[in-house]
Amino acid sequence: MTTKLIISSEIEKVASEQKVTLAPLSDDLVLLSSGLDSLCFAILVARLEDTLGVDPFTASDDVSFPVTLADFVKAYDNAVQ
Amino acid sequence: MPCSDQRALRDWLDDTANSDSAVLNGPDAQVPLGALAQGSSLDVDVARLADQSVLIATRDQLTTALALIELDGVARRLTLLPPDFPRGHVPAIVAKAEIDAAVVSEDTCEGNIAAALKVICRPPIAPVGRPRLDPRATEWVMFTSGTTGVPKMVVHSLAGLTAAIARRERRSETIVWSTFYDIRRYGGLQILLRAILDGGSMVLSDAHEPVADFLLRLGRLGVTHISGTPSHWRRALMSPQARAIAPRSVRLSGEISDQAILDNLRSFYAPAPVVHAYASTEAGVAFEVRDGLEGFPASVIGAPGEVEMKVVGGTLRILSPRTAARYLGEAAALIDADGFVDTGDMLQLRGERYYFAGRRGGIINVGGLKVHPEEVEAVINRHPQVRMSLVLPRKNPITGAIVVADVVLKADAATDNAAGRIGALRSEIMELCRARLPQHKVPAMIRFVPSLNVAASGKLERPHA
Repeated sequence: MTTKLIISSEIEKVASEQKVTLAPLSDDLVLLSSGLDSLCFAILVARLEDTLGVDPFTASDDVSFPVTLADFVKAYDNAVQ
Repeated sequence: MPCSDQRALRDWLDDTANSDSAVLNGPDAQVPLGALAQGSSLDVDVARLADQSVLIATRDQLTTALALIELDGVARRLTLLPPDFPRGHVPAIVAKAEIDAAVVSEDTCEGNIAAALKVICRPPIAPVGRPRLDPRATEWVMFTSGTTGVPKMVVHSLAGLTAAIARRERRSETIVWSTFYDIRRYGGLQILLRAILDGGSMVLSDAHEPVADFLLRLGRLGVTHISGTPSHWRRALMSPQARAIAPRSVRLSGEISDQAILDNLRSFYAPAPVVHAYASTEAGVAFEVRDGLEGFPASVIGAPGEVEMKVVGGTLRILSPRTAARYLGEAAALIDADGFVDTGDMLQLRGERYYFAGRRGGIINVGGLKVHPEEVEAVINRHPQVRMSLVLPRKNPITGAIVVADVVLKADAATDNAAGRIGALRSEIMELCRARLPQHKVPAMIRFVPSLNVAASGKLERPHA
């Protein structure tokens, strides 16, 4: 499974657990408009660290915070390479 | 007590450099501070609140700010009710603070506030004369967020609350302050007081306003100085509107600032200095770190100055004129025998620098909201197939920490576990927690473990305990 598919699947899982309505997961989706709040992102990043073995937002000094879903996926793609 | 040499908050409006142009900006209304100096936002004569214990329970921050400015130096005690305060605890705090009157918003339905007098505060300032009243040193009461049960009430004075604010020379430059905090919390109140004492404008946040809209409003109003917790800032940087503001000063407090958020802010808002400060509701503002690095120089501890700090048993203690006077209605002392506040914040010395290492007793800080592990464990342990559990913090780049749990199952459940029931059990425990706990206290992950370490005292071994 690609990083993007793993991330999409985890996002859907977190949204369902937290009972939030999720916007369609397009590349240009602004994360803050996705329906997920800070706590949802915190859980998502922790789960992805367990699944993918990386946390790009802690590991690197120069990573910037993601604005869109594409930015978010790219941060993981760069980190797992 | 009557007091003649203490300036009241309203007195600052008369002589601050920009009081004519300074404005308090709410999401729906603006109030020029100069107008407040000439009138009132309250629907009763302010003299009726002289020497009273007043609960400020307005819906929005703008009316809270107006009431604070009008009533400091008039009321005997001002108690600031935070917006997320559990309504069930209101009668207890009304009794404890001996509330005589409550200031509420026009549209607030506060049926459970049993105050003799209800006063409505609304933004349009009525041009009314102000009676001459004997000035009083008003007590300011704020709430802690770190306790279980009814939050503790912490008594401050305006002198203590403003002791960390350096008055600057009169200047022509325009300062527009803002904070992601609510001003009914210590970190937010500090910024409001800075704006008033320094003669600047202030942009108030609103819990119901999306981050992007708040950033756009800040940009329109030309914010120059802005503060928030690391969690507030991470959320702001994830907004496409993060570039709507170009602050001249960026400040963090309220949680541990890690290197990633400091670096991100520094590069994003360059050349604005990025400062992180240590403050708590009880200890007040202790120190600021201006070198852009996480932690703080070891030389801060034991250095002479207005604020004295020491490390006892790995925990930071603070002696300061900015410290609160006492807890209201609590037997517990706020300071130790030497006058120091025990912050409960654990420190680790690495090289020439101290780093924050979480809270003593394992209290978990999830985006500024504190979680007592025992409260979560008690809920998990209600599940019939759970023998025991240990709730822990897990470091997180978005909220600083999240809650995770190690769970030991009863023997028969462990057998079921092997038979593939693990996923179902995890879901059941999560559902149990969701039904009984606020979202930030629900474990994000549950790990099933064969056993947990129990110390010689018979208690679960906890990190930092």
